Amino acid sequence: MSERALGEDQLVVEGLSVNYGRIEAIRDVSFRVPAGGIATLIGANGAGKTTTLKTVSGLRTVRAGRIVFEGEDISRVPSHQLVKRGLCQAPEGRGTFPGMTVEENLDMGAYTRSDRKSAAYRADMDRVFTLFPRLAERRAQAAGTMSGGEQQMLAIGRALMSRPRVLLLDEPSMGLAPKLIQQIFSIIVEINRQGTTVLLVEQNAAQALRTADVAYVLETGSVARAGRCAHGVDPRG
Amino acid sequence: MPGTSPPSPLEPNRVVPLSTFLNLTFTGLVVGAIYGLFALGYTLVYGVLRLINFAHSEVFMWGSFAAVWMMTLLNARAGSGGPAAVLYLLLALLAAMAVSGAVALLVERVAYRRLREKKSPPLVALISAIGASFMLSEIMGLRDRIAGWLNLDGVLGDYVRPARENTQFVNPLPNATLLDVGGFQVRSTQLIVLVAALAMMIALEQFVRRSRLGRGVRAVSQDAEAAALMGVDQKRVVQLTFLLGGLMAGAAALLYLMHIGVTRYNVGFILGIKAFTAAVLGGIGNIRGALLGGLVLGLAENYGSQLFGSAWKDVVSFLLLVVVLLFRPTGLLGESLGKARA
Ligand SMILES: Nc1ncnc2c1ncn2[C@@H]1O[C@H](COP(=O)(O)OP(=O)(O)OP(=O)(O)O)[C@@H](O)[C@H]1O
Ligand SMILES: [Mg+2]
Repeated sequence: MSERALGEDQLVVEGLSVNYGRIEAIRDVSFRVPAGGIATLIGANGAGKTTTLKTVSGLRTVRAGRIVFEGEDISRVPSHQLVKRGLCQAPEGRGTFPGMTVEENLDMGAYTRSDRKSAAYRADMDRVFTLFPRLAERRAQAAGTMSGGEQQMLAIGRALMSRPRVLLLDEPSMGLAPKLIQQIFSIIVEINRQGTTVLLVEQNAAQALRTADVAYVLETGSVARAGRCAHGVDPRG
Repeated sequence: MPGTSPPSPLEPNRVVPLSTFLNLTFTGLVVGAIYGLFALGYTLVYGVLRLINFAHSEVFMWGSFAAVWMMTLLNARAGSGGPAAVLYLLLALLAAMAVSGAVALLVERVAYRRLREKKSPPLVALISAIGASFMLSEIMGLRDRIAGWLNLDGVLGDYVRPARENTQFVNPLPNATLLDVGGFQVRSTQLIVLVAALAMMIALEQFVRRSRLGRGVRAVSQDAEAAALMGVDQKRVVQLTFLLGGLMAGAAALLYLMHIGVTRYNVGFILGIKAFTAAVLGGIGNIRGALLGGLVLGLAENYGSQLFGSAWKDVVSFLLLVVVLLFRPTGLLGESLGKARA
């Protein structure tokens, strides 16, 4: 991918620390997500990627540091209020509602929208079904009975239904076959091209670096490296 | 008949006439529907919080007194009939639902919310619930003394005494026999109770399935974090859950009074265990399961007391629970509010 002109930083995380009880999960983590771009946070198992993302989403309590979204400090904003502000996360693993159908899951993504009967809502549904034809085939299937990859797609589609300006993705490639990984990443690029800023958490560093504009490497709870990663410049060194 | 040996004492019970069987079935369904309505509160709260709200039995009990007091306030006469009777019953229903709903919200606020915010272990919430249950029950059982301290004894005499005995419910609606075929009887009160209980349950299920907040309830019960990420305010969902359970318990309390006719400060204890049993039997967390569990329990009690004598009623129904759970550990329809494919 060629280097792109990126906007101002839409999401800024500064000196973020989070504890689980007395155990420090992440310490002094800072990174920036440029508007219109794809930023990625990579690192090994247990490095603190999910914790970071959950904290940005308001699911974990900030011990120190701050999270600034479009100029406003959202460090203490409860998670359910962030969707309306334009920030939505597709969680790690099978974070779908297992007892709801594909359509009901997508509809949950639009939970805070007041235009659920409108043409715009249906257009967004169609957009998700165009991005993920597999979901269209399985509209009426219960999410809990779908494969891991299908649920991954559903989680992304559901987040899109909230029309986020920043989309947070936690390991969308987890547990997928190589061919599907390729496909998911090209869909992420497509979503980004349609105007959504993306913060992508990944273990699949090679793919993430090929996709992202900027990258941060987390190691045992802290940012070890950072850099722009166009033209395959690998910030790992 | 001369010459034949006298029948053994067990014999007459063995051959049950069809009319008796039908009567047992019908009244079993009536009681079972009340259990089911009552059980919804246990099931809804469990579905969302994975918590057994032990104080739910007292939510029911308070609702039953609200209904009794409304009739006292209205000066209702038993069996007086007419449009006034219907109006009175509707007012009693409103009073019972309002009081039960309010008590349920109070329990959530006082006994659970802080514990949840502090992420206390579930066992602590259970103890808190048992404590709240005793408090609510004893406040009702000691209401004559409380009124005495407040010097309201004179004004509230009819409402507070006798505090620890049965209190009669005055049902202004006459209990007509609608059908009598060879001993099988359908009485109007029973039919009203059965139909009303089923209607309330259908309304609740539709609400949870179709309304926005209802979808929030289902979402939180299936995956609380994912629900928060989609913008569902868990605190409001929890309050709504307690409120809905309370409203249903209030309705169940009025229907129970129409069917049984009396209440007392500790009526919730055994009935609460029955309703909880119904919830577990049907699959706790499952709305339709609560209804099915209630109906099965009501029938089992009736058939059991016919076959073995009414002293064995509870033994039979709890034996049924144990046997069902041995073969289907998650209940007849399986667990979970969310997973129940509505
Ligand atoms: N709920 C929790 N309670 C206690 N410790 C936790 C909890 N969740 C995560 N941790 C710890 O915090 C650290 C960071 O975990 P996190 O899930 O953020 O890692 P990750 O980078 O997302 O890993 P993975 O690639 O395996 O998903 C780990 O050491 C983990 O054990
Ligand atoms: Mg993770």
